[in-house]
Amino acid sequence: MNNKLIVSTSPHVHTKESTARIMWLVCLALAPAGIAGAYIFGVAALRAVLIAVVSAVCTELAIQAALKKKATISDGSAVLTGLLLGYNLPAHCPFWIPAVGAFVAIAIGKQIFGGLGQNIFNPALVGRAFLTASWPQHMTRFTAPLSFDAVTQATPLALLKENKLIGHISYLDLFLGNKGGCIGEVCVAALLIGGIFLLARGIISWHIPLTFIATTGCMYFIFGGKVLFTGDWLFAVLSGGLFLGAIFMATDYVTSPLTRKGQVIFGAGCGLLTAVIRLWGGTPEGVSYSILMMNAAAPLIDRYTKKRIFGTK
Amino acid sequence: MKTLIKEFAKGIVKENPTFVLALGLCPTLAVSVSVGNAVGMGCASTFVIVCSNVIIASLKKFIPDKIRIPCFIVVIAAFVTIAEMVLKAYFPLLNRALGIYVPLIVVNCIVLGRAEAFASKNTVMASLFDGLGMGAGFTLALVLISAIRELLGTGKLLDFVVFPGFEPALAVGMPSGALLVIGLLLGFFNLAKRRAR
Repeated sequence: MNNKLIVSTSPHVHTKESTARIMWLVCLALAPAGIAGAYIFGVAALRAVLIAVVSAVCTELAIQAALKKKATISDGSAVLTGLLLGYNLPAHCPFWIPAVGAFVAIAIGKQIFGGLGQNIFNPALVGRAFLTASWPQHMTRFTAPLSFDAVTQATPLALLKENKLIGHISYLDLFLGNKGGCIGEVCVAALLIGGIFLLARGIISWHIPLTFIATTGCMYFIFGGKVLFTGDWLFAVLSGGLFLGAIFMATDYVTSPLTRKGQVIFGAGCGLLTAVIRLWGGTPEGVSYSILMMNAAAPLIDRYTKKRIFGTK
Repeated sequence: MKTLIKEFAKGIVKENPTFVLALGLCPTLAVSVSVGNAVGMGCASTFVIVCSNVIIASLKKFIPDKIRIPCFIVVIAAFVTIAEMVLKAYFPLLNRALGIYVPLIVVNCIVLGRAEAFASKNTVMASLFDGLGMGAGFTLALVLISAIRELLGTGKLLDFVVFPGFEPALAVGMPSGALLVIGLLLGFFNLAKRRAR
């Protein structure tokens, strides 16, 4: 009896894909890096990430209640923002750092612009930039790996910047995460597992991460050494937050270009800026600032690389 | 008298130079680091707006239309020079804190804006109250912005420690913080305006 003639506009065939599903899958893809971070830095790392996630969700709920909007926390975007922000913090930061950061990320980074899909900048990175500018003393004191008692250690990049990189940190240590750094950025292996999962599910494409990492590597190979074309590019690629930024933050749908060509330009721009900040800038790490700067350029890139509309010149 | 009070009151809320007209944002960004600076800047600007408004309103018949802007600037610059000399003589510390932004009142668009849009078309009394209102509105806006920035950026208010043990958010005290606070307040006032309608 139900074979009525249904007339509706396209699309007629639906997939299970939805914003919420994608967000939760990205959260899942971030899990290995979080587990690795918790193993490397201990319970403090878990605590920081948890506070960030809870604060992000609470902020989103509170703002949407205050503006009498529909609560959208079930779409997972607030959880993802909190998770990414938490991964960008040193493990032994004071408890209020993730809370304030998550509040700024959701309130100023996202809801001010009108919520999910309207924001210009990656919310988690807005939170991180605010924290770094406000409390540099807490944001640059990194925990030494596998010490469990808050012994601080500079990141490999900071050591390199101050010419204190005595001896050599092995590439394997850099790859597995036996180094100082933020919670979610240290274990490149775990980040790669998440990235391959996202690529395999078709949630991200290779365009942004690959061009981002490759451009930074190339820049380091050319300019990183004492003589041109002798830079230690593998060290540059494996240290800092390059993989976390390239796989999970530069690929944010809202703040990156839509066209493939645009994504290549975006990734290359991020890589170039990262290398410039690291090599000649005032701070040892530049991944987060480079992504924020390219976020601002994303609408312009989109307009420049827009495909010709069929039938027009 | 009623119209005069209206001319005064419009500068504070309805046509607030900072939050509604969005004029004079450069000094607002620069001097809103502390409440002390904000009050000093507000008073100096109010003095200049009021005096230039009165003089321009009384001279409006003699100023040829084609060269009115240079004429306005001469009048404004005279009063800015007076304000700067007074600040230098009696408030040297404040003068040092405000720096280049005192002489820059000459090109503050609130002052020139009032001269062009109001004083050159209205009576002396109306211009006097308009200048007072605009000056008060500008000062109040500066105090509001700087109170937020000083409180969050240094944990103090007029050099008194408000929250002991509070670790100040340095970013709010930096130029980026000025843009952030002004942007948020502008948004808030726009929202309030829309709600009121």
